[in-house]
Amino acid sequence: MNPDSIFNTLDISHYIYLSSVLFCIGLFGVLTRRNAIVLLMCIELMLNAVNLLFVAFSSYMGDAAGQLFVFFIMVVAAAEAAVGLAIIVMIYRNTRSTDVGLFDKLKG
Amino acid sequence: MNTLFLILLSPFFGFLFSGLAGKYLSEKLTGWISSLSILVSFFLSVQIFIGLGEGQAALESSAFTFLSVGDVFVNFALQADRLTSVMMLVITGIGFLIHVYSISYMHGDAGFYKFFAYLNLFVFNMLILVMGSNFLMLFFGWEGVGLCSYLLIGFWYRNAEYGKAARKAFIMNRIGDLGLLIGLFLVIANCKSLEYRDVFAAAQSGALSSGLVTAICISFFVGAMGKSAQIPLYTWLPDAMAGPTPVSALIHAATMVTAGVYLVVRCNVLFEMAPVAQQLILWVGLATSILAALIGLKQNDIKKVLAYSTVSQLGLMFIALGVGAYSAAMFHLVTHAFFKALLFLGSGSVIHGMGGEQDIRKMGGLKAAMPITYYTFLIGTLAISGMPFFSGFFSKDEILAMIFTEQPVVWFLAVCSALITGIYMFRVFMVTFLGSFRGTEEQKKHLHESPALITFPLIVLALLSLAGGLLNLPELFTHGHAQWLKNWLSPVLGNSQDTLHHPSHQTEWILMGIAVSAFLVAWIYTRNKYISKAAVPEADEEIQGAAKWPAGKFFVDELYDGLFVKTAEKAGTLFAKTDNSVFSGLMNWVSSGTSYLAGLIVRLQNGRIQSYLLYMVMGIILMLVLNIFR
Repeated sequence: MNPDSIFNTLDISHYIYLSSVLFCIGLFGVLTRRNAIVLLMCIELMLNAVNLLFVAFSSYMGDAAGQLFVFFIMVVAAAEAAVGLAIIVMIYRNTRSTDVGLFDKLKG
Repeated sequence: MNTLFLILLSPFFGFLFSGLAGKYLSEKLTGWISSLSILVSFFLSVQIFIGLGEGQAALESSAFTFLSVGDVFVNFALQADRLTSVMMLVITGIGFLIHVYSISYMHGDAGFYKFFAYLNLFVFNMLILVMGSNFLMLFFGWEGVGLCSYLLIGFWYRNAEYGKAARKAFIMNRIGDLGLLIGLFLVIANCKSLEYRDVFAAAQSGALSSGLVTAICISFFVGAMGKSAQIPLYTWLPDAMAGPTPVSALIHAATMVTAGVYLVVRCNVLFEMAPVAQQLILWVGLATSILAALIGLKQNDIKKVLAYSTVSQLGLMFIALGVGAYSAAMFHLVTHAFFKALLFLGSGSVIHGMGGEQDIRKMGGLKAAMPITYYTFLIGTLAISGMPFFSGFFSKDEILAMIFTEQPVVWFLAVCSALITGIYMFRVFMVTFLGSFRGTEEQKKHLHESPALITFPLIVLALLSLAGGLLNLPELFTHGHAQWLKNWLSPVLGNSQDTLHHPSHQTEWILMGIAVSAFLVAWIYTRNKYISKAAVPEADEEIQGAAKWPAGKFFVDELYDGLFVKTAEKAGTLFAKTDNSVFSGLMNWVSSGTSYLAGLIVRLQNGRIQSYLLYMVMGIILMLVLNIFR
């Protein structure tokens, strides 16, 4: 990696702030949006916030293990997106809607 | 197998057979096998009886240890001494006749097999009662016959009134049984044994204080009051007539109700040591005898009259026991079993012929249609009223003579009771069989003599009622030879017999003359009223003045109802209220509070995944915040 790269000149705290903001945006979306597809997108956002933090710390600590984790998370996220989208398609076929607010059959 | 156990097991086998297989077999087969099981016991009892007569010692046999607590052992043991053998003959002999009678009487009843099962079980328990060689066996049988009595009174259980009568009998007996139990506890606490032999030996050796013996005797007598229907526990017996008539004859006239008499005779050693208890027995017996006889005067249900008559005659037996005339009491027990079983079976035959009618006011003139029933009932009536040379005459005379030497006042009252007995028995007899028929045309058409299975036991019992007096002919007639039954029982009664003085022959002739004139007065009075004037007992509404008291049974039932039943009901209502408001209330409050809280919390579970996530996030934030401020 080029030692003069802009990434090396940035302080680690910037990465933390950025990923925190990304994570909160994702979390906010998950908690407030009704559309199941947007929900999935927001989850991706949260995962990527975590990924960013992993990579940043990996670079900061000079340890490659964090980057390994990122690959794992990306694989799991892809699988999760595939399964999640399939579920949403099935739900849509049955209810003609992707509004998660409708799915409250398990209330007490 | 030992004879004693065979006697016991034969009715038990009959019980199992009719109870388990009777449902699938014909009535005839069930009925006859049950009857034969009793007949086997009867023959074996006769064998034992003959053996005892030839001078054999009392038989004894023990099967296993019934109860073993600390240093007290009670065996499941049987014995057959002379007293027991008399009871065994009465129970199995009359029991067999009544079984045979029932085959015809219960014909077509849906519970035919059940009836015979209960009847056999009764005989089994009654035999245990008299054959046991210790008080626990006696108690076993005592409770067993109580159970069978309950089952048979409530035999037609679909009728709610009958069910009530059964429960009444059971509960009244339970009160008496408590007395018996207390007596048993006293015995076991002080003698460390329940064997008759040990207890009586302990009493005779003076190991028991006289106060203790009195307490035991009075407790036993309370038990006898319940079972033998004495004041104040007699009210169950008239109601027990709800059961089928053979049951009334066997259980509530001939055998079970005499268990109290048997108990006192068996414990004669103890009672001789407790004069206070004897006095109590004497006066209770006297009061019962007179009260029941008075009530009997105004009853119009043929079975009710006989029921009160039974209570009255049991009272007479207790009078005899009260003065220590044990053999006289046993004599009357046996003759009473004959003629009262006869009268009950006769009334059953009448009821059968009348198609279920029990009110004597609706009968009359049955002589022509039912000659055998008429003549046998006549013999029974004469026997119980004290017609000279009939069995009842001798047995009553024996008791009266014994009382006269001990308590002349009681003697006079007992003669009055005998006079009343004569009047109400002739009344029933004349109103039922003589005069003109007062039933419906329908009944008149169906009126018929009962079949042979019913008349056969009647004839046998009539012969026994006629000749029963031979068992114990008074010395007057045998020129100094001691009376047979008294002689027979003397080994059992031992010293208890010697304390009694027979009146002189001259006095005895006079007493007999008075008894006969009482009989004649009763006969002439009733003849005049019910035959010459052809009077019919008035309808219930027309009864006036003093007659209302005996007709209303002296309102003892109402008194008990007000005193005990209502009080118990009130207490029960109060307790129920307390339970509902305080204990149940507290529990209900706890549960409804929990339920309310749950109602609040359950709203958190609204089924929306985003809410759950929100809770989770809030939880995580909370943990972070707490971590910062730790």
